[in-house]
Amino acid sequence: MRGFQLSLNQTQKLRLQRALEQLESLSSKSNSNASVAVADTIPVNYEDGVLKGHGTLDLDGEVVATLCGVVERVNKLVYIRTLRARYKPETGDIIVGRVTEIAPKRWRLDINFSQDAVLMLSSMNLPDGIQRRRTAVDELNMRSIFEENDIVCAEVRGFQHDGSLHLQARSQKYGKLERGQVLTISPYLVKRRKQHLHYLEEFGVDLILGCNGFIWVGEHVEAKGILIEDQTDKAEQLNTKSSSSTFMSLEEQERTYTSLETRQNICRIANAVRVLANLGFSVTVEVIKETVNLSSSLNLDIHEMLGSEFYVLVAEGEATRKSMFTKKKG
Amino acid sequence: MEFVSPEGLRLDGRRPMEMRQIRGEIGAVAKADGSAFFEMGNTKVIAAVYGPREVENRSQQISDQALVRCEYTMANFSTGDRMRKPKGDRRSTEISLVIRQTMEACILTHLMPRSQIDIFVQVLQADGGTRSACINAATLALADAGIPMRDLVTSCSAGYLNSTPLLDLNYVEDSAGGPDVTVGILPKLDKVTLLQMDAKLPMDIFENVMQLAIEGCKAIANYIREVLLENTKQLEYRRGP
Repeated sequence: MRGFQLSLNQTQKLRLQRALEQLESLSSKSNSNASVAVADTIPVNYEDGVLKGHGTLDLDGEVVATLCGVVERVNKLVYIRTLRARYKPETGDIIVGRVTEIAPKRWRLDINFSQDAVLMLSSMNLPDGIQRRRTAVDELNMRSIFEENDIVCAEVRGFQHDGSLHLQARSQKYGKLERGQVLTISPYLVKRRKQHLHYLEEFGVDLILGCNGFIWVGEHVEAKGILIEDQTDKAEQLNTKSSSSTFMSLEEQERTYTSLETRQNICRIANAVRVLANLGFSVTVEVIKETVNLSSSLNLDIHEMLGSEFYVLVAEGEATRKSMFTKKKG
Repeated sequence: MEFVSPEGLRLDGRRPMEMRQIRGEIGAVAKADGSAFFEMGNTKVIAAVYGPREVENRSQQISDQALVRCEYTMANFSTGDRMRKPKGDRRSTEISLVIRQTMEACILTHLMPRSQIDIFVQVLQADGGTRSACINAATLALADAGIPMRDLVTSCSAGYLNSTPLLDLNYVEDSAGGPDVTVGILPKLDKVTLLQMDAKLPMDIFENVMQLAIEGCKAIANYIREVLLENTKQLEYRRGP
């Protein structure tokens, strides 16, 4: 199994195996064997001609897979949906990224794509929704908005003609993420949905399921007005910070204080995501909530969630949930 | 020295045309984009693939295709006598280059412009045929990383000792000084991407030996395909609809 080595005892091993077998039988019912490996021939009906999509190659009239994944057919189009792979951006995706570099008028973000994404200074709006005026002062103050290694939430704007990927953050909901943790999982486990930014009220936690497999779990921020504060104000703050970097002002301490309960909730949710991702189950808000509730109803400590018993329980829960779902459907 | 007994058995009890037991496993390195473990008898190697990712050194960036890099290392404990080898000695540089060229031939690099793919292979236990084992492990790891490839690449070696062609030489047979032919093929396209031999052989015998190695490659390709398909199915049913 990938990523983690569980020390299961005999019964746990059997239970996990049974849960996984149940899942397998469920999926094989609904899904015919459409999995392919590299260099497999994809059977197609030649009479109506096919359009070869992603992950396919033409070889002497045969359609051959170049990836491991699942064959998808939409009318005449045949393509392969990959499972484990890097993120493939689509316009409008909500993503979480890490700033790797500040370049003239732009930030470069690592978003688990084959190249770094670009967030232009001009693709960010001022807090009141006004288009940014391009001034030299603005450019000089870029570090007061995002620094290297900051975590940023943004939206995919699209590919530029030179092949680079551009992002935008034109709304209050995007911007720098603070006081929380970011988790990296495989992007295929995150499904594209209407909602990717969630506020879990019962925990006081913000959860962002980035399409690129970066998951943000952090303290809830009321209307992210801190996105871009007044430039001069920030600059002053920076100055004071550098002069008395060891001492935080009382005001600042209060601003950055996160209650113990919230911090525990963050860790609990983060561990739930870790367990789900390690087991290879798709990660959605509902499942995360369910997993968190399961752990707290069992009175498990946060660290115990990463123990083998909880893995088995989550796997069993997933199996029953899916079987319920298919029953309801059928 | 006698490498094939009168009964037709080799030193480790195999028939001349028999391969060692092979085993492949996907997902050996947690943080890598793709990783695999491959075992041919007592030869054990681990491969990790990172990328496609942003090019580290901007001057090496290629505007219309991906940059492929490869690093081959041998663990200190991999050989019989524990040796501290300097990094980047001639042998490992050469094998790194060979693996890089072989893998680059099958990766569809034009689909990932301005990025780089790093392949790291490490020998955990060496018993002859590390080159082949590394290529097979790298193929598995690349497929796991979801990097588009023209075809799987598989590799196998064959030799000629005691006037018998032998498949998949182990360390003792390898160090006998006879010819050692390492072949890498693209099984679906039926093409050769790697052919190395460091001795002389008559034409007709060479053809036989090479054919034997190709048969070995095909057997490995079948096995690798099964491993990949099994892995894909697992990922898919776990993820669910």
